[in-house]
Amino acid sequence: MADAPAPSYLLVLALLVPVIGMLAMTVARLLGLRRVEGIAAVAIAGGLAIAGAIALAVVRSGAALTYAVGGWEPPLGLALRADGVSAVMLAMAALVVAFVALYARPQFAADDDAPEGRRAFAFWSLLMGLWSALNLVLIGEDLFNLFVALELLTFAAVPLVCLDGRAATLEAALRYLVFALIGSALYLLGTAILYGQYGTLDIATLAGLTRPDLATHAAVALMIGGLMAKAALFPLHIWLPPAHAGAPAPASAVLSALVVKAPFFLILRLWFDVLPGPPSLPAAQVFAGLGAAAILVCSVVALRQERLKLMIAYSTVAQIGYLFLMFRLTIEPGVPAWETIGWTGGMLQLVSHAFAKAAMFLAAGLIAEALGHDRIADLAGAGRAVPVSLFAFGLAGLSLMGLPPSGGFVAKLLLLNAATLAGAWWIAAVISVGGLLAAAYVTRVLKRAMAMPPAPLATRPVALSRELAALALALIAVALGLVPLQPFELLAIGRP
Amino acid sequence: MTGTTLYGLSACLLVGMGLYGVLAHTAPLRRVLAFNLLGAGVFLLFGVGARRGAAAGLPGDPVPQALVITGIVVAFAATALAFMLMRRLAAARAREAADASADRTGGR
Repeated sequence: MADAPAPSYLLVLALLVPVIGMLAMTVARLLGLRRVEGIAAVAIAGGLAIAGAIALAVVRSGAALTYAVGGWEPPLGLALRADGVSAVMLAMAALVVAFVALYARPQFAADDDAPEGRRAFAFWSLLMGLWSALNLVLIGEDLFNLFVALELLTFAAVPLVCLDGRAATLEAALRYLVFALIGSALYLLGTAILYGQYGTLDIATLAGLTRPDLATHAAVALMIGGLMAKAALFPLHIWLPPAHAGAPAPASAVLSALVVKAPFFLILRLWFDVLPGPPSLPAAQVFAGLGAAAILVCSVVALRQERLKLMIAYSTVAQIGYLFLMFRLTIEPGVPAWETIGWTGGMLQLVSHAFAKAAMFLAAGLIAEALGHDRIADLAGAGRAVPVSLFAFGLAGLSLMGLPPSGGFVAKLLLLNAATLAGAWWIAAVISVGGLLAAAYVTRVLKRAMAMPPAPLATRPVALSRELAALALALIAVALGLVPLQPFELLAIGRP
Repeated sequence: MTGTTLYGLSACLLVGMGLYGVLAHTAPLRRVLAFNLLGAGVFLLFGVGARRGAAAGLPGDPVPQALVITGIVVAFAATALAFMLMRRLAAARAREAADASADRTGGR
């Protein structure tokens, strides 16, 4: 069942359509067309349809889609494969990109000869490149191919951080790049060791070959260590807050919602598909410990921020911590990891955080545009100026806190249940305290924003379509709360 | 000591030096240079793997060579991006410093 014989061209299209969009923008520019956001809209509509078709095909057939590039089967060739988890993440990425594009359209719509034109072209072409690289991370099967995908993702994400060209954001981008490069060098080092050991880098082939010896463990440890730096797991997170807070709002939304999830997804693949034998409890405890530290420390730091966007960026690091609890919570004797509630809870946390955090960054961008600043202490009056954005911010906050009805609620409830079942009481305690801290930093903003301003505010109007894009993402995060409270079959499709 | 072992040890040395440089230095230029050293070590390790993996009677395994070529292209792109960012950063700093001093003297 794992090897569906018919090659699925949908997987190739998922990679190619954004790239074609990016190339078309360059060509259009050479031909003298001065605006590129129309091309981006067409490419995004196409990509959205393809992601939907992949999800539908996976659900209908109940098996993973596969494609061998050039007709060369692994181990000689490269394979692409979309199982249930990949399909969910492809759909998530497509939806986030689509709503972010709706939001960014008025912001990055300058003519090419206008001073803003270069920035607009850069934003749209980088967004397309980033999306293609992200899709490749989600469906790649070859560890070296995945390395290239990760690098492309980094090269698209780093310039997005410093679109405004200020020294502070350039510095943040450079620091981000250095961390990402160290991470990818360690990943590649591990890949070299694995190739030396087994002579193949195809994940499905490796799954049956790997032996629990020192070289394999060292290789995977190096790779996971490198990916941890890219995923900003505490204490390797210090690059993330300045980078994500300094980027323009639509870029921050994509970076926080999607880009940090790619290395996490690869850690999942290495942990569950490459490592031999039953998962190691001590290693899972280390992950859970770092995740718990991320939740506690970075939530407190978020609470103490003076700038709205920095607060949201620290909240991202804290929410990434929840994902790393998953490794401990999927260890149930006698049950495959993907049939545990820890697996469903972790994946749901990943998806609902993506929508909630994208909504939050977009809403924060509008609040900052309307007021002309994003100092939390002076937010009074934002509730009047941009009520829809503030509502979106609140709904997204609901999901981050883990209050019903929201995707975050179901995710955290499942993780809490899994922690209790596994007897890991300290994890249950951390999840609860993390929810309280999230409630504290979200309500702190809402309280200030709802207050009456001391003097009448001069606010700038923002387009309603942009507010609605933020609201739509927040509503999706809430709607995820309707997912049933049990292991979710879609997420186990295509697992061995 | 065989050639393979010598190359393997050299690769380890390069990786160690590169890793130390990346972590110990704070100047971006030094860090990027150290990253390239680290990358060179990893590529050399791939080459060693190619020698060791040549059990089929071939003089060497061609796959790691293909991987190394791709890796070099990626590392080159990364280095170029880093240098571009450094240049922009230096220019932006100079501009902002000039603006700040103009503000101080009221020269605007």
